Amino acid sequence: MKNLILLIPLLPFIGFLVNGLGRKSLSKGIISIIGCGVVFGSFLISGMIFLQETYSSTPIHYFDFINSGDLKIPFAFQVDQLTTLFLLIITGVGFLIHVYSTAYMHEERSDHFGRYFSFLNLFVFFMLLLVMGANYVIMFIGWEGVGLCSYLLIGYWFKNVDYTKAAKKAFVMNRIGDLGFLLAVFWIIQQFGTVSFYELFNADNGKVASLSAQNTSAVIGITLLLFIGATGKSAQIPLYTWLPDAMAGPTPVSALIHAATMVTGGIYMIARSNVLYSLAPFTLGIIAIVGAATALLAATIALRQNDIKKVLAYSTVSQLGYMFLALGTGAYVAAVFHVMTHAFFKALLFLGSGSVIHAVGGQQDIRFMGGLKSKLKITYFTFLIGCIAIAGIPPLSGFFSKDAILLSAFEHSAFLYVVGLVTAGLTAFYMFRLLFTTFHGTFRGTNEQLHHVHESPATMTIPLIVLALLSVVGGFVGVPEIFIQGGEKLSAFLAPVVSTPVHHISHSTEYLLMGVTTAIAIAAIAFAWIRYRNYKEEKNGAFAKIVANKWYVDELYNSIIVRPVNKLGAVANRYFERGGIDALVNGVGRLVNYSGRQMRWLQSGQVGSYVLLMVVSMLLLFVLQFFLRK
Amino acid sequence: MNIQYYIFLSLALFIIGIVGVLTRRNAIIVFMCIELMLNAVNLMLVAFSKMHHLANAAKDINAGSEAQLFVFFIMVVAAAEVSVGLAIIVMLYRNTHSVDVSFLNRLKH
Repeated sequence: MKNLILLIPLLPFIGFLVNGLGRKSLSKGIISIIGCGVVFGSFLISGMIFLQETYSSTPIHYFDFINSGDLKIPFAFQVDQLTTLFLLIITGVGFLIHVYSTAYMHEERSDHFGRYFSFLNLFVFFMLLLVMGANYVIMFIGWEGVGLCSYLLIGYWFKNVDYTKAAKKAFVMNRIGDLGFLLAVFWIIQQFGTVSFYELFNADNGKVASLSAQNTSAVIGITLLLFIGATGKSAQIPLYTWLPDAMAGPTPVSALIHAATMVTGGIYMIARSNVLYSLAPFTLGIIAIVGAATALLAATIALRQNDIKKVLAYSTVSQLGYMFLALGTGAYVAAVFHVMTHAFFKALLFLGSGSVIHAVGGQQDIRFMGGLKSKLKITYFTFLIGCIAIAGIPPLSGFFSKDAILLSAFEHSAFLYVVGLVTAGLTAFYMFRLLFTTFHGTFRGTNEQLHHVHESPATMTIPLIVLALLSVVGGFVGVPEIFIQGGEKLSAFLAPVVSTPVHHISHSTEYLLMGVTTAIAIAAIAFAWIRYRNYKEEKNGAFAKIVANKWYVDELYNSIIVRPVNKLGAVANRYFERGGIDALVNGVGRLVNYSGRQMRWLQSGQVGSYVLLMVVSMLLLFVLQFFLRK
Repeated sequence: MNIQYYIFLSLALFIIGIVGVLTRRNAIIVFMCIELMLNAVNLMLVAFSKMHHLANAAKDINAGSEAQLFVFFIMVVAAAEVSVGLAIIVMLYRNTHSVDVSFLNRLKH
């Protein structure tokens, strides 16, 4: 069993090595089979683990990683219910996206194709390390690794300088968050002496589980720093601006990394540390506020974006905000539930948009699309399902997970609930704006493009269909008690690891809340239908202009942070690097050259001067011997 | 006699010899100066030998004889060296038709 579990991350790593090293010699067919096959293998093993139904939270030890004095950090995996759920999501959705990529990227040269799949496999490997790690350090290895792979894949078309700048931005912002994470890990070591989840959190003798005081400064500090790490990884305020720029990468990459998996790493981390966070209600409050604010902000920006992928990117940021709102109100299970459903419908939406982009020959601006629903039937239908799911219309999956979050927000604070509700309305509105503008009305592109519009091949449409099915039925693992007794299967499944708060709310209020959300969503869809059914040019008033320019946040960061840092770097370069170190090192070289030139004169070939030198040195020796040695 | 006088004389001869070796251009004169240096040293050795003899004659009749032996060795070495050196000068003359030492800068290359 232990070896089987090791295979889960090992298979994608082997795929990375084989595809990466053999990219110049393997054919695209072999690369595809290896790339998809290893992820499918991991999926099968994850499925086996899921079906075995007995879980233990004791870590599975492989070897000692760091042994320093009292501090022991082993390379160990912890495969409990939370991990297994994430394993299924990562390998399952990952496999579908790998299959999709074989068709989407088929125009690439075969060594670039191999590079793409090797990075994709490497990403899966690191993500699996992240969720399977039994302590914060192994998780951090995965955490860093997925950031690296995100950089590699966003900058996949490296000859385009704008894309590489976007990749750099993603990596640097991730890194800023990572600093917070690392500081938190150091503090945990200092405070508790161990980083292992089992030793910290297990109910019997866990070091954290046995703490009772709430809001101690150490716990608040640790949780806040961990949250800063999560803001970088999961694109919350203030470190979210990299995610829309990351759309420079290929669409399957956006689907996998920036929708379904990497960005959910922050939520996984907080869910894993739920025992710690429950001891710091102050931090939880901050998380809820940041999550709600991010959700609202991103939803407003998405209202006026015209690039199909940018709308989905801001939608992702917004939905991540929802997940953090859930975490902040203590509903860890609801957050993980939303991770799962979001992985389904967001990957579906991204892959669908990739299908559209592929059909119109590379155009990404929705103002030049339209009327595609008759030509791209499967894409349209699955995209429609995705939009219905994300809008939260019952009985699709989005409804159940979003409602669980809003219920928890309502219990916590009316203000947060209203923000969540407004965002839900905006979500429905901008998603259907996207759908109607892209697929309904008349085609607004060139005749050339219209001629070439065609449905995507089966390797692209089958993953869409599978994800659409999952978006429809995926919610039924978390049906609230008022509908079906014992319907909350996900909560029951995760209960040993993640606690679910008890809801103190009457049935009628719950029905009312659900009704209100659904009504607002339907109303928003109706508004979008009226406005965007036949696309007219949008006139931007003052508020619309601010929103279309993303609230000028990028410009703000540029002036406050980027330019001063660049100037500082330039100063350091001139005075310390060039003037100081270079001058020193070059100076040594120049000195050696100069002395060499002067020494050359000694070799005149005149025997007489040699004898003179001998006499002079002998004199010096005598002086030293007789007069200076006392 | 005061040993100091012998020391000064020997030193003076030695320095004259050195200066001659360094400054003179004629190879034969340089050789004479080398001889002068050697003989200055001989003089010093003999003077010290006599000093030691006069100081220890009561205990040991052969005191200070080692230095006089050493002088013989130096003379032998000087003779050998002169013969070899003059042979070199003859070869030098045959090749460059002069005995000027300032022409000896082939070591430069």
